[in-house]
Order: sequence, then C-alpha cells, then structure tokens
Amino acid sequence: MGKVGIIGVGQSAFVRNYPGSIRELAFEGFKEAMQDAKIKTTDIGASIICSAPEYDKQRSPAGVLAEYLGLIPQPTFYLESLCSSSSMGLRTAYALIQSGLHDVVAVIGFQKMSEITSAESQERMGRGADIQWESPFGTMMPAYYAMHAQAHMAKYGTTSEDLALIRVKAATYGQKNPKAVYRKPVTLEMFSQPDNPLASPIASPLKVGDCCANADGSSCLIVANEEKAKEFCQKPVWIMGLGSASAAVNIAGRDSLTGLSVARASAAQAYKMAGVTPNDIDVAEVHDCFTIAEMMAYEDLGFAKPGEGKDLIRSKETYKEGKIPVNVDGGLLSKGHPIGATGGSQIRTIVLQLRGEAGEIQVKDPEIGLVHNIGGVGLYGNVTILGR
Amino acid sequence: MAGKKETDDRFKKFGTVSFTSLTKTNDFITYLEEGKIMGTRCRVCGMTFFPPRADCYNCLSSDMEWFPVTGTGKLASFSRLKYAPVGFEGDLPYTIALLDYGTYKVFGRVAPDVSEDEIKVGMEMKAEVNRLPNGQINFVFRKA
Repeated sequence: MGKVGIIGVGQSAFVRNYPGSIRELAFEGFKEAMQDAKIKTTDIGASIICSAPEYDKQRSPAGVLAEYLGLIPQPTFYLESLCSSSSMGLRTAYALIQSGLHDVVAVIGFQKMSEITSAESQERMGRGADIQWESPFGTMMPAYYAMHAQAHMAKYGTTSEDLALIRVKAATYGQKNPKAVYRKPVTLEMFSQPDNPLASPIASPLKVGDCCANADGSSCLIVANEEKAKEFCQKPVWIMGLGSASAAVNIAGRDSLTGLSVARASAAQAYKMAGVTPNDIDVAEVHDCFTIAEMMAYEDLGFAKPGEGKDLIRSKETYKEGKIPVNVDGGLLSKGHPIGATGGSQIRTIVLQLRGEAGEIQVKDPEIGLVHNIGGVGLYGNVTILGR
Repeated sequence: MAGKKETDDRFKKFGTVSFTSLTKTNDFITYLEEGKIMGTRCRVCGMTFFPPRADCYNCLSSDMEWFPVTGTGKLASFSRLKYAPVGFEGDLPYTIALLDYGTYKVFGRVAPDVSEDEIKVGMEMKAEVNRLPNGQINFVFRKA
C-alpha cells in the first residue's frame, strides 16, 4: 500500500458574522487549497463535505457546495462527527484513496454558525449531549467541560490560574494570526479583574476567558495517493498515523472526568500506525475549545503524565520555543471554532509547519506533527500524525 | 375515534424541558411520581443500567426489570451555571453534577438549597425526586 499525502491546504478567515452564503464561505477555503495544490477541479475524484447539520438551513449541503466549487459530476457526500467532522473527513479520504476508488479527494469543512442566534446555538450544543437523560437538566458544552475542570482540579491540584495560562499562550499567537477571530492580547491579571469580561463566570470553574468563541469559517484539504502527490506537489505532507474513537454520549457513561477516553484511544492507534511516540512529535494542534480541553490533551496525548499538564504550561514548554509547541496558531481559543471547519484548519497549520511555511509562528525545523480534534465533550475523537 | 391508539408520552414530563416524549422507559416517570428513582437490570445477563435502557447491548435481550437507586454516591464533579440554554433561563443559577454509585453513575442537579461552598468533589450525596414549579419532575442531589 502506498502513502497518502496532503497536497493542498486552505482556510477562510474565521469571523463573527460572515457576510455571505455557505457556498461562498466554502469557496474561500477551497480557493486557497486549490491555489496551494495548483491542480484543476477535474483532477479531484470526489469531495467530502464536513459540517454539523443543526446550524444549516440548507438541507443536504454537499450537493450544493460541490456544484458551486465545480466538483460535479464527481461523487460528493456529507460527513458529520460534530467538532471533529473534518478530521473524520480526512480519515475517510484516506480510506477512499487506499481502497483505490479515488486518486485525489477534497475534504471541505464549513460552518456558518451565525445562521442562528447565539442562544439557539447554545441550545443546539446542549443537544449534542444526551437529549433524553441529560439535556432536561439544562446542560451546555461549557458546563460539561467545566465538570472535567472541577474533577481535574480536585484530583491533581490544577488551578484556575493554570487554565488562564493556556488562554494567555493562545492569545500570544492569536495576535499573529490574521485569520483568527480574537486577536487581542490577554494577560493573567485580566482573569482576576472583576470588571474584565474575560473574568466573567460561565460555568464554574470556567470563565469567559476559558472558552473559545463561535465563528463562521471554512477549511479545505486536498488529499492524494502517493503517485499523484509526487506528480502535483513539491512538498507533500504524508499521513503517518490515524486514530479514531467514540465514547458514551452521556457523562454518566464515562469512566473518568480527568481526561477523554477517545483522545487516549485515538492517540494510541495513531502512534502505533505511525511507529512513533509522544517524544517524537515536534509540533501539535490540540482541540482547545476550552482551556481545560488543552490541559487534558497534554496528558491524554502523552506529552505529560496524568496530572502533570499544569507543569508544561507553567514552564512554557508548549510555547513555540518549548519542548512540545502546542497551538502556535492561537488555537480555537483565538481562531474561533466553526465546528465543521475546525479540524481542517488544525491540519492546515501542521501542514504549513512541516513545509516550513508557517511564517512568524514557524517552529524550528519540525519533522512530525500531530492533530488532536474532539467532537462533542469527548464523544468522538480523532488523532492524526503527519510527517514530511 | 375507533381504532385510535392512545399515545404514551409520559416522558415529556422529565426535567425543566424534555426533548423526548416517546420511549420504552416511560415507567421511569411513573416511578418518579411515586418518589422512586429507578434504573434497569437485564434479566438475562444481569447487567445494570443507569440511565435506564429498554434493551441490553451485552446479550441483546429486551427483558429488563427495574431496580431502585438507593444509598449514597460520591460526587464525581459539578459545575454551577451562570448562563443557561434556551428554556432554562428561569432556573439560573443552578448546579449540574454527577454522582458515582460504584456500578453506575447518576447525572442530575444539586438541590438549590445546598449552598455553593458546601459542594465538594468526593462528598457523599443522595438522589431525591424533585417537582419543578412548572409541573415537570426531575431529581436532585442532597448531602447524605
């Protein structure tokens, strides 16, 4: 079996209220990826359209987007695993290519969250949990992650300040990312200023500053078999390892609240397939929808032992110059989190890093990168390992 | 009307806002109204489930019996909400929580009269049926 490479990456700017339709939004990420790959739409054998359908007014967006992007009459279909949809799209593209069905596949992620109000979107996100047994108590994404934070603090002595340090790091790099929705500086002091909006409580112990913002955005990955990748691309980035897992939708069905079982299982699969260990990872993108999510990712991915994630951030080892740089594009906390587009954006960052084209946020000479992308509160997990 | 079947939608009474009305576990609501919180146990393989299920994935049987959630559980975690989803704004602030009973866990709310500083991970709590002002029914956790 040959290798599978990523030959083009793109994303739109992530913004609060995109002034256009979903097809126009998807075009922005697609255009950048196509210009990057320098191929024609007729070179693409199939497209996978990734988003979370509860935000869409358009029924079955795949056909609509494929037509607008010039990808008909090739096959197209819709793929959803909440916030990890486009990483799942990459996994599916890998399977389509390795099966021999297609040579080149486009993975297009998008989300126009502003199609509905913020309150409606919170209500829908609550319904990403168990609507029969848990949503009737008034659950929300931030509250579920807050329960993980509370458990982590109780077991390991992690503090609110440790979590705030993760947001401070995110903002350090978000300021350098022209496609990020939040580009203002954030200091630790802001979290203890009662009048500062970032210090406002959401769901204890999480504050506004611990949460990423909703955003509209799109992303695109062009994926090819080894032969086509070498033909089209000077610097293909290869898929070395893929891991994916699922867990109980209700939190009552989870064994532990101090980490995510899907992340641990996906990471183990991806490391095994790639033949590498956590120490071999030179740069990583993790799913920091909340600060605690990044803290747990350090531990679930093996960058730190359980309970020692706080030491990594305290010693700045996850900054660009540190032992394991994490989210040096600002992460979801700065970029914003347009559900279906998020995984593609994370993968784009790692591809640019491995090609040495990340500009101001370039990590020194990375060879292997990792992407951790979670759907729901650890309902779905995908870990992807990429190499030059 | 002749032949019209009555709909068993008891489950729409569960919680501040219920998103489910039709389920084979509707008896859960009737038990709640009697003051009991019940899970299900598979009569074939003995697996216990909370939240209750009508079907056993372990042995594929649908022959289930109800068992009561009794005694106390350890507070696995909690969070006090300052914002709520649509339909829950009137309940704010409220605390959601998870109790670990050993063989199963129960997700719910901490009773509103338990003060915030008394709530600690690891404390023993017990679940109790609770009637909501809007006529709905759920359960809450109190100090054991």
